[in-house]
Amino acid sequence: MTTSLLSDGLDLVAVLLLGLGIKGLSKVRSARGANQLAAVAMALAVIGLLIEIRPEPMAWLWIAAGSAAGGLAGLITAQRVPMTAMPEVVALFNGCGGLASLLVAVGVALFDSAEADIVALVSIAISVFVGAITFSGSIVAMAKLQGWLNTPAWTQSSVRHAVNIALAVLALVGAVLLPGDPAGLPLWLLVIGSSLLGVGVTLPIGGADMPVVISLLNSYSGVAAAAAGFVVGSQLLIVAGAMVGAAGLILTQVMCTAMNRSLLSVLFGGALGASGGAVGGGGSEAGYSRITSCSAEECAMALEQAERVVFVPGYGLAVAQAQHALRELSKLLENHGVEVSYAIHPVAGRMPGHMNVLLAEADVPYEQLLEMDTVNPEFPRTDVVIVLGANDVVNPDAKTDPTSPLYGMPVLEVDQARQVFVVKRSLGAGYAGIANALFELPQTAMVFGDAKAVLNGLLSELRSMGVGKAKVAA
Amino acid sequence: MSALSQALWVLLLGSLLGLELIGKVPPTLHTPLMSGANAISGITVLASLTLIQKAGDNQALLLIGALSLGFALYNVVGGFLVTDRMLAMFRRKGDS
Repeated sequence: MTTSLLSDGLDLVAVLLLGLGIKGLSKVRSARGANQLAAVAMALAVIGLLIEIRPEPMAWLWIAAGSAAGGLAGLITAQRVPMTAMPEVVALFNGCGGLASLLVAVGVALFDSAEADIVALVSIAISVFVGAITFSGSIVAMAKLQGWLNTPAWTQSSVRHAVNIALAVLALVGAVLLPGDPAGLPLWLLVIGSSLLGVGVTLPIGGADMPVVISLLNSYSGVAAAAAGFVVGSQLLIVAGAMVGAAGLILTQVMCTAMNRSLLSVLFGGALGASGGAVGGGGSEAGYSRITSCSAEECAMALEQAERVVFVPGYGLAVAQAQHALRELSKLLENHGVEVSYAIHPVAGRMPGHMNVLLAEADVPYEQLLEMDTVNPEFPRTDVVIVLGANDVVNPDAKTDPTSPLYGMPVLEVDQARQVFVVKRSLGAGYAGIANALFELPQTAMVFGDAKAVLNGLLSELRSMGVGKAKVAA
Repeated sequence: MSALSQALWVLLLGSLLGLELIGKVPPTLHTPLMSGANAISGITVLASLTLIQKAGDNQALLLIGALSLGFALYNVVGGFLVTDRMLAMFRRKGDS
């Protein structure tokens, strides 16, 4: 009695701390503490459960083995992963969470379903279905982000809808038949059908939309956890799963709004650009006719004269590992009396907020990172904008050309600035595969080269001009 | 109240809570929030532990339970640590 009281008490404290943790994660000042709070809550929940169930020595052995393997792997992955690979890693972790829920449900169905009632059996079916989709979908998302998987052509035709409907029907048949024979063929129909369905719905989605998918799958893994809670009869699991599921949905919606895409068109519209590329002008090098290019020296001269400079970092910056060089350049300009800020598009990087993380890694104070709505009115009084490895998020066609596939997407209005330099390796198309009208504007000049090399070039040019040395001169 | 309806109430209130908790989030925090929420969804460790306990002498079930525990903990430990790594980097101007 006293132990069950203790474990119930721990459960309640855990729910409270989890709630506070999720809430605290939405403010910059409290976020780190909130994350630790949530971790403590999780530990309390585990301790409470262990007190309640008092595992046998045999069970302890397996618990120790599983914990050691999973915990250690998690530790190593978390320490080793570069910040640029964050979307892939979140997808990988998420897939493993889904797999865990799937395994629990399969285990119960195979060996512990003799006296399961209909509620438990339905919960098993839901848990398997959602868990399997979360798992296979997340793994495909990770593989696509890593570049291990391309978008096969057949997935861009309407064939994929037929395939996915067939898979969904297969899974549904399994789910409906499962209560009659929980450990038999229907279970495997359900497992295979829903796993393939996860692949089938994720594979056609283009790289630009992938963050939305990961966020949605993150929400699913909450749902899978809640369903597993029904399977094993744990209220704490149901609450926590439901909270994460709901919170994930909100976050997904926020991302869709930022990209001006509806969730339905992300899920069923196929890859952006693959179908719209013909309308948007292809995006091959031949598509451009009025390109001005310039050297790092000319760009440095413009920076030296400027009073207000805005950097627009994109994923290309992160790929080139040029955050630190950028930070150094902006320090130099600040010492010269130039007002420097960074314009962050909501989907800069490959996940909302990803670029903020990457710049934070390079010690950029987050007050200098301006959100789109704040920075857009400022562009007309900005002397120099330097676009580093960003493309689609600065495409003015999104505002002016109704035939562009990007039309309607909120963009950074860098074309309003007096002078724009675009640092880019080549004239290749962006993530969405669409030509960028910005490059052909008269105030735009292209600086071709790797972002890091160009930034280092700018640094040495500016230093040789004596910029940043005499602070008093400014 | 039956166990089922109680569980459904818990589900409903938990979902509403989740919808309310994440109202306004600065874009800076979207990635850490996603990764933090993802770590919390690893709470399915509780289901894995329960499964191991229920397994008794059934070796196959013990193995499935331990596997599931490993994957769930991978999600939890990795998720919290990676979130912490990201959040540790957010600094204000002048912070050391």
